[in-house]
This record gives sequence, structure tokens and C-alpha cells, in this order.
Amino acid sequence: MVLTLCAAALCAAACKKEPAPDKGPGMVAPGSGAAPAPSAGGGKIVIGVLSDMSGVYADLGGKGSVIAAQMAVDDFGGTVAGMPIEIVSGDHQNKADVGSSIAREWFDTKNVDVIVDVPTSSVALAVNKVVTAANKVFLVSGAGTSDLTGEQCSPNTIHWAYDTWALSNAAGREIVKNGGDSWFFVTVDYAFGHTLKNDATKVIEASGGKVLGEVQHPFKATDFSSFLLQAQSSKAKVVALANAGGDTVNAVKQAAEFGIVSKGQQLVGLLMFIADVNALGLPTAQGLILSESFYWDRDDQTRAWSQKFGAKDDGVMPTMIHAGVYSSVLHYLKTVAELKSAKDGKAVVAKMEATPTDDPLFGKGTIDANGRKRHAMYVYQVKTPAESKAKWDYYKLIREVPADQAFRAPADSGCPLIKK
Amino acid sequence: MTSRIPALWQRENRVFVVMFALLVVAPFVVYPVFLMKCLCMALFACAFNLLIGYVGLLSFGHAMFLGSAGYASAHAAKVWGLPPELAILFGIAVAAALGVIVGWLAIRRQGIYFSMITLGLAQMVYFLCLRAPVTHGEDGIQGVPRGHLFGLLDLSDTAVMYGFVLGVFLIGFTIIYRVIHSPFGAVLTAIRENEVRATSLGYTTDHYKLIAFVLSAALAGLAGATKVLVFQNASLTDVHWTMSGEVVLMTLIGGLGRFSGPVVGAFVIGALEFKLRGGQITIVEGVVFVICVLVFRQGIMGTLGAALKLPL
Amino acid sequence: MSNLFAQLVLGLLNGAFYAMLSLGLAIIFGLLNVINFAHGALYMLGAFVAWGLLHYAGVGYWPALIIAPLVVGGLGMVLERWLLQRLYRLDPLYNLLLTFGVALILQGLFQLKFGSSGEPYELPQALKGVKDMGFMILPIYRGWVMIVSLVVCLATWYVTERTKLGSYLRAATENPGLVQAFGINVPRMVTVTYGLSVALAAFAGVLAAPIYGVNPAMGADLIVVVFAVVVIGGMGSIMGSIVTGFALGVIEGLTKVVYPTAANTVVFALMALVLVFRPAGLFGKAP
Repeated sequence: MVLTLCAAALCAAACKKEPAPDKGPGMVAPGSGAAPAPSAGGGKIVIGVLSDMSGVYADLGGKGSVIAAQMAVDDFGGTVAGMPIEIVSGDHQNKADVGSSIAREWFDTKNVDVIVDVPTSSVALAVNKVVTAANKVFLVSGAGTSDLTGEQCSPNTIHWAYDTWALSNAAGREIVKNGGDSWFFVTVDYAFGHTLKNDATKVIEASGGKVLGEVQHPFKATDFSSFLLQAQSSKAKVVALANAGGDTVNAVKQAAEFGIVSKGQQLVGLLMFIADVNALGLPTAQGLILSESFYWDRDDQTRAWSQKFGAKDDGVMPTMIHAGVYSSVLHYLKTVAELKSAKDGKAVVAKMEATPTDDPLFGKGTIDANGRKRHAMYVYQVKTPAESKAKWDYYKLIREVPADQAFRAPADSGCPLIKK
Repeated sequence: MTSRIPALWQRENRVFVVMFALLVVAPFVVYPVFLMKCLCMALFACAFNLLIGYVGLLSFGHAMFLGSAGYASAHAAKVWGLPPELAILFGIAVAAALGVIVGWLAIRRQGIYFSMITLGLAQMVYFLCLRAPVTHGEDGIQGVPRGHLFGLLDLSDTAVMYGFVLGVFLIGFTIIYRVIHSPFGAVLTAIRENEVRATSLGYTTDHYKLIAFVLSAALAGLAGATKVLVFQNASLTDVHWTMSGEVVLMTLIGGLGRFSGPVVGAFVIGALEFKLRGGQITIVEGVVFVICVLVFRQGIMGTLGAALKLPL
Repeated sequence: MSNLFAQLVLGLLNGAFYAMLSLGLAIIFGLLNVINFAHGALYMLGAFVAWGLLHYAGVGYWPALIIAPLVVGGLGMVLERWLLQRLYRLDPLYNLLLTFGVALILQGLFQLKFGSSGEPYELPQALKGVKDMGFMILPIYRGWVMIVSLVVCLATWYVTERTKLGSYLRAATENPGLVQAFGINVPRMVTVTYGLSVALAAFAGVLAAPIYGVNPAMGADLIVVVFAVVVIGGMGSIMGSIVTGFALGVIEGLTKVVYPTAANTVVFALMALVLVFRPAGLFGKAP
């Protein structure tokens, strides 16, 4: 009986191989190489917002990203090249396997054409592979690892809002210039943390500073006491947090508990968002130096858009991830309108890179051949409670880094797509 | 004993034929990748059920076999470039070796102490997978190639892959069936019912338990290695203790000690997870646990079997 | 060298939490023969009750220290009476599965309402600030936590081991029928004991809130470690859990200095070792 069953199964496999290409959307194989399988359900554009909806990064992206995407679709007019636009969303729970299987499922069964957002670098790297194999489009706003435009660059991917290189460059250079020349890192132990720390180290050393040491902590740690203790005993002038979201918030809170700043060390959140500052409250967060590519209160245009966003999101102001989602979806729709089709991911991305960008949030910008979107980066300092006039009035501008200096030059990125 | 088997054979044959037919037809109506995941989890649950249902040992760390085999075969396929059948065999070997070590340590104790040892050792395996450079921590091993089975069949074709996974599941399932309905299996049942009596009859119960444990580990490893090829990545989720909890849930809801129980349970839980995402799934799983333990201890197949008067 | 000492002190602080949580678990297992997987979720519930009191009723930290354990303890008694009692005559593994299910339900409910990032909880004014100990900066609040935990643990041990009530409890574990024949209402005593142990967990949750914040997953991460502590200490032994809890905190602290990446694993390695050589735990009675 065993043999019969096994033989039957293998026969079934061999036989199924023939009818497969004729079947509907259920049988598309993402790994087949060759020409991309035509989306059987054609006639509409489907945007997939894949984010962390309930975990440590939920406030940075999450449902705000869905709102931002919808705003872009509405501002564009609701249809593109005569096709209606649909938005789907999913929760990758910060797990690479969940994220990549949602992406795969979306391509196989929901005819999703483009995936946006995706915080958590390990998930973004996994989704990057799935998108490239399926020849769709990937517009990353959430994740930070500069590897997405470096060794892991892809002709189907554009890295939008920020990356680890830009963050370290902006904040790192500024702090070393002002005397913070010895650093100790508290790093989250996964792709993002390591890249952030490595990028920052290069900037620090190039500016004449020194890295005294590092301690790595597990992702989603709650207790930072022993790590902060090591930071304190290192006597470094700057304690840098190479982590994000809930980890950063916990670390900053506990740093305040242990008196790191009051005892004379400078605390830097290498990746901080306005949502984190809000969660910490100004009394704890004041004086922190951080860099972002977007601030809701920067000029009239950003203010207007942010108020509209806030009206849809319980008065919460958008982060640079939300802004990135809006901006990337808008540019995508403009490109698809010109091409009249979204089927070939590589073609869409090539056209997006060839076209300069312009939107109310990031202003005028360009996209490099390795998929890196260029715009200005800004170094901010968190205001003291006395300086802040209203809720969400949190930042004062220290310095603006112009677009051509803010991001890594394509030639230095190590991306195989860049011809030397 | 020998004369009774053909009678059971006939009746149970019907259940298997129905199951096989359903599984062959299903990919034409249901998303195949989902089905493949369910098949792997069903095999995992069957392997787990071998221990709890037939030997009476509740292993609370079974995910360590699923996950370690997954990492091993992912590494073999991606870094060493082994073809899929060898990668899977390597995964099974790793899981079986782990099973020998864990089994030898855990078998000495009974009941809750046995479960606690498996939990503790599973946690150690989890942290090993988290920290070891070869497993890449939170990132996991990504981009695992599916390769060509026996050099002939291209597994990147979903249809072929499905056939392969179905075949693997059937092989595993049949192995368990043969083990249960063998003299060895009869001894296992005797040990579950009354270990002291079994010992007094002359059986070295520890040896039997260890063999059953390693077999269960190896089959769980087979499930894990296959699952990694389906999704083309190996991650920490597969070694986390919540995965161990999930397999308990699947077996419980399907019917502990029932033969096809775990399969049904795996598909039910798989469908639930597919439909519900995020916080809702945790609540539903919790409610299912509570209800099953309080009033529904025989699970789906148990209740069905009692109603239809079939040995399911 | 001073770094080592400082890490040891920090380790003691962590150990205080382990001790308090494993204490409740040890009592429940030792006296009720129930493996209470819901312990972590009830710890989390205690923290959330404290947060809720502050957020909705303006009730601060100090009253919350009393109210939250009472609320959660009450809930625990209901749980025991309605659910757990039905399963006592079965294999104890069923109770484990039941409490596991309850933990999932609680965690899922809170995750749905609050997301996973959780809510902040302010340090009580009186305990803010740090004390410079020379070799390290010690936040006053953490010192308070350690002292309170020690006091509560020792008080519980005293009540259980040295008072009449405690002796009734211990007798009821060994021979409930006989004790009931003496006129003592054993089921009610069991219910109250469960409630009190769970209240201990909630108390730990309130203590944890200002340091770790209040988030739905806070119990899940801790429960597995706490189990290991209880198993090492001896599953029925109260003094065993207390000593092991503190000891483990110290050992973890040491590991963080010498080999930081193994710090999380060391407890499980110890547990495996203890189970192989002394399955009853360091302080427990033979199974």
C-alpha cells in the first residue's frame, strides 16, 4: 500500500506539471525564472501595505501607513490609466518568514503589483527576494538597512524614506563635530542594528572620533539595565542606541532611570521617530539628538498634509515612514500612468528611477540607479518642555544635510547593478 | 493478532483513501502553498502524537526537532548546494541525533518532569539557533533553493513541489501507521497503560521509549526540513516554544491518540491562522484550548469516531 | 572589577522578580499540583490593572500595590473555582493545558486592545532618583523593589512553613480526604491559596510596571524562565524558589559580564543538569 501511494503521489506530481501553466492564479510559481507569469486578474492595480500592525514598530508604520497609502491614491484621483486602485494590508509581525509568505501569497492569489512600507530590516530583505523573483515592485519606507541599496540591491526595489547610512551620516558627523568623539554602542542584534552600527562607525572614525565598545541586546528586550551599566562604565562621551521603536523607547527610559545623561554622557538615538518622542514624553526625551528626513512642522506644505493625516489617525502626527509611503505610492502611480501598465516590475522601477520626484513632503528629489531615493536629511534636537508650545511641537532644527550629501554615493554602495 | 489486522485494514483503508483523494484534489481549489504548510504541520503533529498518544509522553519542546532540521537542511541546500533529497536527509539526521541526546536525558523521568526537561532543552536549542552565526539569528536563513529532486523534477514548480510534499507526508504517515500496528507498537501501548507491568513482563521500557522518541524526533525533522524547502527560508519561529504549544493544540483539537486526529487538527489550525491574523488568533487558540480540555477531550476525530463507531 | 560587582547587584534585582514570580508558581504546584501556565499572564494583568487605575481613576502607585493584587487574586479564585476544579481528578497535564489556554486568551485580549508596544507607567514620585553607590549608580526604585520582594518572599515562606494555616495547607496536599474529615474545608482553602499566589504575581506586575512599562507580552517572555527556576528549586519547595530565584539573578548577572550572549540560556542549561541529577530539584522532596 505504501508503494502504491508513493507512486501515485509522484505520478500526480509529474502529471500536474503539464496543466499547471493553464491554471488560474492559484498555480503561479514564483520561482520559475524566465518570463513573468501574466496576472490573470488584470484590469486593476493592487497596492500591498505590509507592515508591523501590532508589534514594536506598529506606531512607526502600522495602520498609519495604510492611511498614507490611501491618501496618495485619493490625491492621485483613485484610478490610474483607466484602472481602479485597490489597497490591501498585512501584518508581518516582524518575522521574516511571515512577511515573505504574505508577499508570496499576495502575488499568487491577490495579484498585488507593488508592496510598500515593510519595517524591520530582516523582513524587508526576505521580501526583497520574493519581489525580485516575481518581478513585482518593492518600495521600502519602513526598513533601514542600507544593504537594500548595497549588496542586496535589486532592479525591482527602491529604498525610500531613510537608511542606516543617512542616519549615521547626519547625526554622527554633527555630534563628533561638537566634541562627542568617543562612542559606546548599544546595538540590537539583527541585520538593522549591525548595519546601523557599522555605518555609524565609519562616519565617526572618518570624522576623527573613536568607538570604545559595543554591547548587543536581543530584539524586543525589556530590560536594558545591564547594557546601560556597561555603557556607563565605558566612560564614553556618547552612548549611541543602534535600535528602534519599542527597544529605543525602553532604553531611553531606563537610561533616564540610571541617570546616564545627568551624569554627563550624551545619549543619541540613531534611529528615532516622532512617535517614539511622543511615547517618551518631553521630560525624558529632551535634549536627544536624532535625524529624520521628514518632520510634520517643517514648512507649510508638510503641515497641511500632516493635519489631513492627523484627522484620519486620531490626531497622531505622521512619521517619516508614513511620509515615505505617501510619496512612494504617488510617484509609483504617476509612473504607471505614463507606462499604462504595471505588469513588468523592472520596467516600472526603471522608469521611476529615470523620473525626478516632486511631492509636498520631500520636495524635489531624484532616485539613483541602485534604487536609493535622494532627498535632504535633517538633524533635530528634542525641545525642552518649556520650549514646546503645543502637543507634537517636539523638534528644533540643528542642521540640514542637502540631498547630494545626505545619502551614500552609488559608486560606494557595493550594489552589483552599478557599473564601475 | 495477525488475523485481526486485515479487518481493521479494510475499514481504515477507506479513511485513508478519502484523505488521499481530498489532498490530491485540494490544490485545484485551495491555495497550494497553504496546503503544503498544512501538510508539513500535519506530519509534525503526527510525529508528536506518536509520543503523546501512543507512549504517553508529553513533549513540550518538539519544535526543537522541527526547527533544527529546518536550519540544517536550509544550510545544506543553500551553502553546501546539496540537492533537496540529500538536504532533507541531512535535516532528519540532525533531528534524530538531537532526539537521541534529548531523549536519553529526558526519558529517565516521568510525567511533568519529562515535559519540563524537553521544554528546557528546547529553550537551549532556541538560544543556540539565535546566537550561532550559521543560523543568522533574527534574519534566519533566506533564499534557500528548492533545487531539482533526484536531478529530474524541478521543485520550483508549485505543482511538482506539492506532489513532493504530499509524497513526503504520506511516507511519514505510513511509517507511523506501520509502527503503531506492529509488535513494537503494541509494546509502546503497553508501556503507556502500565509501565511497571510492562517491565515485569521483561521489556526494557527505557529502550522502547527512547526509540519511539528518536523516531518521533526524526519524523518531526522530516516535516521541518520539507517546510523549509516550501517556504525557502528557515527562521526562529520554528524553534520557538510557541510552536511547541501549537503542535499540542493541533493534536488536542484533532484528537489525542487518534490516528488521523493530528492531520485534521493541523488543517483546522492552519485554516484558522490563514483567516485570522494578529491578536485575534491568540485569543481563539486560547479559547479552543480551554474548551478542548474541559469538554472536548477526544478532539474532533475522537468525537466523530465515537459517533460513527469507527476506529478513527 | 567594579563592573562585576555592579552587574551582581543588578542581578540581585532581577533575581527578586524571579523569586516573587516563582514563589507563587511553587505554592500552586506544591499545594495544588497544578502547573499554572497562566502565571505570566496574571503578572501582566496586575501591571495593567495598576495602569488602568492610574489612567481611568487617577489612583496612583501606592494604592495600586494593594488593589491590583486583590483584583487579580479575586479573578484567580474565580478561575480556580469554575475551571480548574473540574480537572483535578485527571492527569495534571490537563490543568497545564487549561492554564496555557487561559494565558493565551488573556494575552490575546490585551494585545487586541493595546497593541504590543504597551503603555508607559510613571515612576512614583517618592522613589525617583538615583543613589551613587561608588561602584555603580543605583536607581532608588530598583533598590525598593529588591527590598520589598525580599520581605514579601520571606513573609510568605514564614506563613507557609511556620504557621498553623500553612500546616493545614501542607497537610491538605498530602492527604486532602483526611484533612477534610477533620472538618477543614479543603476546596475553599485551595481556592484561596490559588488566589493568594496569583495575587503575588500581580504584585510583581505592579512592581515591574514603572521599570518595564506595561505591555501584553511581558508575562509570556518571563514565564518560561520562571518555570525553570521553580524546577531547579524544587517544584514544591518555597524556600527553594526564593533562593533559586535570587541565585539565578546573580548567575545571570555574572554571565552577562563573562559571556553576555549566553546569559539567557544559562538557566535552561542549569535546569537540564538539575533534572538529570536531582529531578526533585535542589530543595524538593523526591518525586
